[in-house]
Amino acid sequence: MNEDEHRRASSRAEEFLQVFKKGAEFTQELLKENERLRFQVLKLQEERKKGVPVGSDNEIIAKLQKRIEELEKEKAEILDRIKEVEAENLDFANRYVDIENENNMLANLYIASYQLHSTLDFNEVLQIILEIIINLIGGEQFAVMLLDEKTNTLRAVASEGFEKEELPVVSLGDGIIGTMAKTGENYFVDELESYQKDLHSPMVCIPLKIKEHVIGVIVIYSLLEQKSRFAEVDYELFTLLAGHAATAIFSSKLYSESERKLTTIQGFIDLMTK
Amino acid sequence: MATYKVLIVEDSPTMRQLIVFALKRLRGLQIVEANDGVDGLKKLSTEKFDLILTDINMPIMDGLKLVSLVRNDPGYKDVPIVIITTEGANEDRERALALGANEYITKPIQTTKILESARRLLNLPG
Repeated sequence: MNEDEHRRASSRAEEFLQVFKKGAEFTQELLKENERLRFQVLKLQEERKKGVPVGSDNEIIAKLQKRIEELEKEKAEILDRIKEVEAENLDFANRYVDIENENNMLANLYIASYQLHSTLDFNEVLQIILEIIINLIGGEQFAVMLLDEKTNTLRAVASEGFEKEELPVVSLGDGIIGTMAKTGENYFVDELESYQKDLHSPMVCIPLKIKEHVIGVIVIYSLLEQKSRFAEVDYELFTLLAGHAATAIFSSKLYSESERKLTTIQGFIDLMTK
Repeated sequence: MATYKVLIVEDSPTMRQLIVFALKRLRGLQIVEANDGVDGLKKLSTEKFDLILTDINMPIMDGLKLVSLVRNDPGYKDVPIVIITTEGANEDRERALALGANEYITKPIQTTKILESARRLLNLPG
């Protein structure tokens, strides 16, 4: 009786234990499912905030990859555009520098020509020519020689850095000076650095021309210490001097002669009317 | 915009006009010209200037003398002075700077250098 009762109790205990274990397992499963569902809810909430349409993972990945491709393409386009703009910027910068240089050159030319025609006094015109050569070109020793058409000789009428009387009288066609005066061509010594001063062979010789008629020359024998070579603007100034200086000199000489004649005639008239 | 007064002391009309022409590209500048050192000194005594550009080789009074007189004047001891000359030697440059010049420009004149000096000394934007 007692053994039977014990066996019955033991069997019941085992049954009870099994029931308990099943309950525990079921509870754990419920907890896991709850956690999974909670995670799913959070994910959905995040996706809703981002505005990403709800779909399968594969769909989302495909959309993201497509978006990435689009962004990469857009990035490449932007980089290309940046390169174009930078190239354009560089071009503008270069053109700006060129324009600045051109502007400076034109300013020099304008001032030189303006000054040359600002006076009809012969000596003032010569002084202005000297100043242009010093200040705009950088000449140190140089002279202006005019042609005497009666004797076909060139004589210095103004100079800088030495006395004009030191300069020899040159016959038309003789030496570099005479030849350039005859042909009307500009002369520049081949090697500026090795040039030695020679009054018969200048460093530079610029004929002063009215159309093709030479009325004189400008001869340069040395440059200022800090000027080692000719700049591009110098050649422009030489060309300008050839034309404008010639007309300025010619006009001032005509004016002086006409003034002199006018004074003579006026004196004669005064004498007649007394 | 602030207006700066600039005095140009130079006996050569060609040079004066070149400097004026260059400086006109800067807005806000009022430019006064003087024929020589004495003329410059006279103008300095009647007007206030923010910048002085002066040649060295001038009749009556040269630029170095002018710089010396300007620097000894309490009212002008700090005004920027640019000296322009034909001499390129360091010796002359140092002499000019020792007398109180701020900068030194050699001939032949390049307008870009004049503009750079004026902008720097007047603190104008580039």
